[in-house]
Amino acid sequence: MKNDLPRWIDVGVIPAVNILLAFLVAGVVVVLAGESPLEALEVLVNGAFGYEEAIGYTLYYATNLVFTGLAVAVAFHAGLFNIGAEGQAYLGGLGVGLAALGLDGVLPGWAVIPVAVAASGLFGAAWAFLPGWLQAHRGSHVVITTIMFNFLASALMVHLMVNVLIQPGQMSPESREFASNAWLPFAHEALAAVGIVVARSPLNLSILLAAAACVFVWVLINRTRWGYAIRTVGANEAAAVYAGIDPRKVIVATMCVSGALAGFVGVNELLGVHHRLLLNFTAGYGFTGIAVALMGRGHPVGIVLASLLFGALYQGGTELDFEFDSITRDLVVVIQGLVILFSGALAFMLHPLALRLWRHARREGPA
Amino acid sequence: MSEAWLLIVLTLDATVRVAAPLILAAMAGLFSERSGVIDIGLEGKMLAGAFAAAATAAVTGSPWLGLLVAILVACSLALLHGLACITYRGNQVVSGVAINVMVAGLTVVLGIAWFDQGGQTPPLAQTARFAPLELPFADLAHGIPVVGHVYHELLSGHNALVYLALAAVPATWWMVYRTRFGLRLRAVGETPAAVDTAGVSVNWLRYRAVLIAGALCGVAGAYLSTAQSAGFVRDMTAGKGYIALAALIFGKWRPVPALLACLLFGFLDAGATRLQGIEIPGIGQAPVALIQALPYALTVILLAGFIGKAVAPKAIGLPYVKER
Repeated sequence: MKNDLPRWIDVGVIPAVNILLAFLVAGVVVVLAGESPLEALEVLVNGAFGYEEAIGYTLYYATNLVFTGLAVAVAFHAGLFNIGAEGQAYLGGLGVGLAALGLDGVLPGWAVIPVAVAASGLFGAAWAFLPGWLQAHRGSHVVITTIMFNFLASALMVHLMVNVLIQPGQMSPESREFASNAWLPFAHEALAAVGIVVARSPLNLSILLAAAACVFVWVLINRTRWGYAIRTVGANEAAAVYAGIDPRKVIVATMCVSGALAGFVGVNELLGVHHRLLLNFTAGYGFTGIAVALMGRGHPVGIVLASLLFGALYQGGTELDFEFDSITRDLVVVIQGLVILFSGALAFMLHPLALRLWRHARREGPA
Repeated sequence: MSEAWLLIVLTLDATVRVAAPLILAAMAGLFSERSGVIDIGLEGKMLAGAFAAAATAAVTGSPWLGLLVAILVACSLALLHGLACITYRGNQVVSGVAINVMVAGLTVVLGIAWFDQGGQTPPLAQTARFAPLELPFADLAHGIPVVGHVYHELLSGHNALVYLALAAVPATWWMVYRTRFGLRLRAVGETPAAVDTAGVSVNWLRYRAVLIAGALCGVAGAYLSTAQSAGFVRDMTAGKGYIALAALIFGKWRPVPALLACLLFGFLDAGATRLQGIEIPGIGQAPVALIQALPYALTVILLAGFIGKAVAPKAIGLPYVKER
């Protein structure tokens, strides 16, 4: 029955209508808040794309979302729901911080940065390894364990920042600043070096890492034996066993890849922008990653598009704060929830309707 | 002796206060999950309830009206969850996450738009809140050592919703284990096909379970904003919905063990708050953040099968398809 719909409706029209529904409901919320939805939309779009600096910010937010979106998507392919991208990103940041703080005085920049990037992936993967292992070997549901691991990550970081890694003689729980050789160059600096002048923004070279991650995930899922195993386990675990695939290994490995991808948020945030270890830099990117992965249908191209949309919403949302008294960037959180609702939970709602319309149209049209 | 004793009683007293919303939410989750519908959205429904209760109480001055609106709002979210998971057979976890994220944003947006106080509701007057109830003879009992202390400090002096939370546990137990509805509820979470064969609607049973969960979450939310505190603050549930979920799993989806888990988690929280800034010999500053993380760690250890085995209802997370 599902195959009756042509691909362009299934992959193109239905998701677009779902997003439209999400924005319509968000518009109702704006009306409830006593403002004009069209004005709010205008501010959002202008804030996200209206000037050079804004575009930089949009891309910087999108970079984080590509990482967490890919993380959630990779797990989805294996039939796993990784709600823990937030915690894995947090731990990835810890890896970056420890590597940078430990090595920035010892090694030159070209050596520190790769080590820190590797550390972020490693720490993120380690934080996902346990839930993965518990799911594979003890049957503990990965949804619950990753939720718990988010809270554990947060508690661990608070403990470490307040009691261990805090810069002595300082009140706010932040580490010392990394030495500048461990900073990832900003995009405006890198472009200035080749003679292109763009406005300053937090956009940094992590975006290249994000692009590489997209290619990596596409190749992994669609062009490798491992990807085949991942998709098989996701589609039918029993069939995978008959095909000679050990689902336990696949589950653990997939969770590790997922965690590593989420961990790279630490590279963008700490190595790229903050240049120190601090609390709460993950700011919900892990949860937005769920929306991104659902909207992007688990495909890297879709994820890039969804990340750009949500990056734009993040950046445009900050403008809402300035332009309106009664709506704030929290509206973006509402939109995010609605997107998860319509393109995730209610994904099957429109399918029967679309099918009926399509059949109707075919009978009417030239058959 | 008396000072240490008093400290213990007061900590237990705080435990009950902290545990009350957890108990309500855990019982909510129990109904939903025993019927086979995963409820990640406890957090969101509670948060929505808290906002609705505080907003209503702030406008009307009546905590009871606030409670009613909280229940209605949480139930409508539960209906949404039911629509997505039961009618449209969507992913139950995704639906729960959607509700949590949506409510986190919505409460703040509407809070700022309606009350203009940075996402908070106006502080509630004493009369717009649930006041502590003195049990009979509590003052007289104060003089009696031990028993009197327990009666006066621990049992008496809570608000109506705390007693409601405590009453919800035996009520849940009775409903789930001693009524026809409960029998069917448990059956529909294990083998819905059998319930369907017996001529009972799987969907209607699950809808009822999800609605009960919504109502209980509404009460839990109202407790947070109109009993424990005097108004709504953004993100005021702060993960309590997830702790309740953990307690439910820790209690292996059964009412009384879930109650005990809630009390344990509440005690850890109350204890950690009390230890704030206190030097422990040999360790130094009490690692408060780590103590507060213990419920999560314990739940993971339990789920791993190292403290008994938590077996979820068999049909949990699976939408029911009749023609299978």
